[in-house]
Amino acid sequence: MGPLGLIILVAIFLFVIIGSIVLPFDFYHVPQPDEINFVGRGPAWGRPFGETGLLQLDVLTLVVNGGKTSLAIGFFTAIGSITLGTLIGVVAGTLGGKVDSALMRLADIFLMIPTIFVILVLARILQGAHGGGIWTLIFVFVVFGWMGLARLVRGQVLAIREMEFVEAARALGVRPLRIAVRHILPNAIGPVVVSAPFIVGGAIISEAFISYLGFGVDGATPTWGNVLSESAKFLQQGNWWWIGFPGLFIVLTSLSINMIGDALRSALDPRGAK
Amino acid sequence: MKRAPQGAVIEVRDLNVSFASAAGTVKVVEGVSFHINKGECLAIVGESGSGKSVSALATIGLLVKEQATVTGSVKFRGDELLGKPESYMRKVRGGGISMIFQEPLSALNPVLTIGEQIAEGIVAHGRGDWKAAHLKAVEYLESVEIAQAARRAKQYPHELSGGMRQRAMIAMALAGDPELIIADEPTTALDVTIQAQVLELLRRATRERGTALLLITHDLGVVAETADRVAVMYAGQIIEEGPAAAVIRAPASPYALDLVASIPSYERRGKGLSTIEGMVPSPANFPSGCRFHPRCRFAVAACSAAVPPLEPRGASRSVRCFRVDEIAKGARPTAKRKGGSK
Repeated sequence: MGPLGLIILVAIFLFVIIGSIVLPFDFYHVPQPDEINFVGRGPAWGRPFGETGLLQLDVLTLVVNGGKTSLAIGFFTAIGSITLGTLIGVVAGTLGGKVDSALMRLADIFLMIPTIFVILVLARILQGAHGGGIWTLIFVFVVFGWMGLARLVRGQVLAIREMEFVEAARALGVRPLRIAVRHILPNAIGPVVVSAPFIVGGAIISEAFISYLGFGVDGATPTWGNVLSESAKFLQQGNWWWIGFPGLFIVLTSLSINMIGDALRSALDPRGAK
Repeated sequence: MKRAPQGAVIEVRDLNVSFASAAGTVKVVEGVSFHINKGECLAIVGESGSGKSVSALATIGLLVKEQATVTGSVKFRGDELLGKPESYMRKVRGGGISMIFQEPLSALNPVLTIGEQIAEGIVAHGRGDWKAAHLKAVEYLESVEIAQAARRAKQYPHELSGGMRQRAMIAMALAGDPELIIADEPTTALDVTIQAQVLELLRRATRERGTALLLITHDLGVVAETADRVAVMYAGQIIEEGPAAAVIRAPASPYALDLVASIPSYERRGKGLSTIEGMVPSPANFPSGCRFHPRCRFAVAACSAAVPPLEPRGASRSVRCFRVDEIAKGARPTAKRKGGSK
């Protein structure tokens, strides 16, 4: 399933990147409202994904430009959470003792807080202050997304730290920092690699969910979630293409990412493979 | 112990190691003393759990400080190592004293190439930059008789055979140009046919460089082939010490006697293998008096009353046994052994 997932994901990427270059989105460019088509127009030649109701925007343009933002949120969130989580995990696992306890209790606290609620509130507060870019959302996702990885990495580090080759490295007089970076980290990285795709998928879905509720990226920047949010108002008018295409892309993206993640998991853990 | 000559590479005196456990502190090593001269090989033999590996780890300060309490004295080149800060020990480890581990597959990092792991020790002790160290690593691999060293240096541990991995470990140990190498059961994980080669290589490499070798093993065959002197450990104490050939030919303490008797030999073919009844006691409840007395064939009442001291016997040997003179004169065993040879 891994190769298929990769093909789908690459296809989505190319589609989104090329599409957003060919069909740029301009917030201030609104087609002249046409009373007859106020309720939206279905897919046809020239507008394969149809046209939205209300402002009569091209859905294809919204999907490719929204995809650019959504994918960016997903990948930068993954990069951020993985960096932060791995760093905290390695520090906690290597130093141990009080540092370890403090960091793990911090992780517990962050895990205890109902994340969605905090994300909603925090996103709104930060959006107010900074004008609501995608970076505030990524920041919030990273701040509330490192704990699982930190625990995972710490557990790995604790196990690897006791292995003989680490003792052998110490017996060679290798510095602790180098032991952590060169000996322990590369051996602990497996679970991180496996969880990376799931973080990307999770962030894309969270963005859609939060934007749907109207607390995400502001309306001037389309994201898949934003588009969904708008479309719901016109669902009763039969505008299935408006909600359908961005929804399809969200589903395809997270499906392909999960396929890749599963393939990575079985590749890195032969015992778990069927 | 007597006559630790001037210029011994390492001199360990009255080493005690205890571990904190749920049941209180457990003394695993008690009053261990030994020294090794330049180019000499001392073997520490003993059963599993006799404290031989712990003694070695304590010597280079690799026991976890929160768990183990180490007292006594470890003098390396006349320099006291116990109580030295970690930064100082790091310079000693690999540079002054290096270690060879039992299982090369687990003692080599699976994600680093052999060459990089050897080079690491060279760089860590400031004996060259990475580029030079990689070249040196290939030389060291050649010196441990690994064919196509340049190619092997670029390979990962799983691509090498067991014997080759242990040679690579030896190369790693040599790379820091140490004055003492501690080899903790270096041949246990190896094929019998490879064992002799690896031992021979290790002995030759250390002799040529004048490196002292502390060989930890449970195999008396290894001792006979390799060591100059041997210290027999039992339950955390040295029970007999002396030149390897003399101790194996004519063991003085009952434990060493039984240990030597348990080696299968051609002369005793057809007879059952000789064993020592019972098990090494757990450090949590060592017996009173001589720690070997519950298993000893020659034990008398006095043996359970007091711990016999390690006393010099002749010019070069020492023995820890109250009845050593009587046994030497041919005392009969006091207890009949149930199994083994009659």
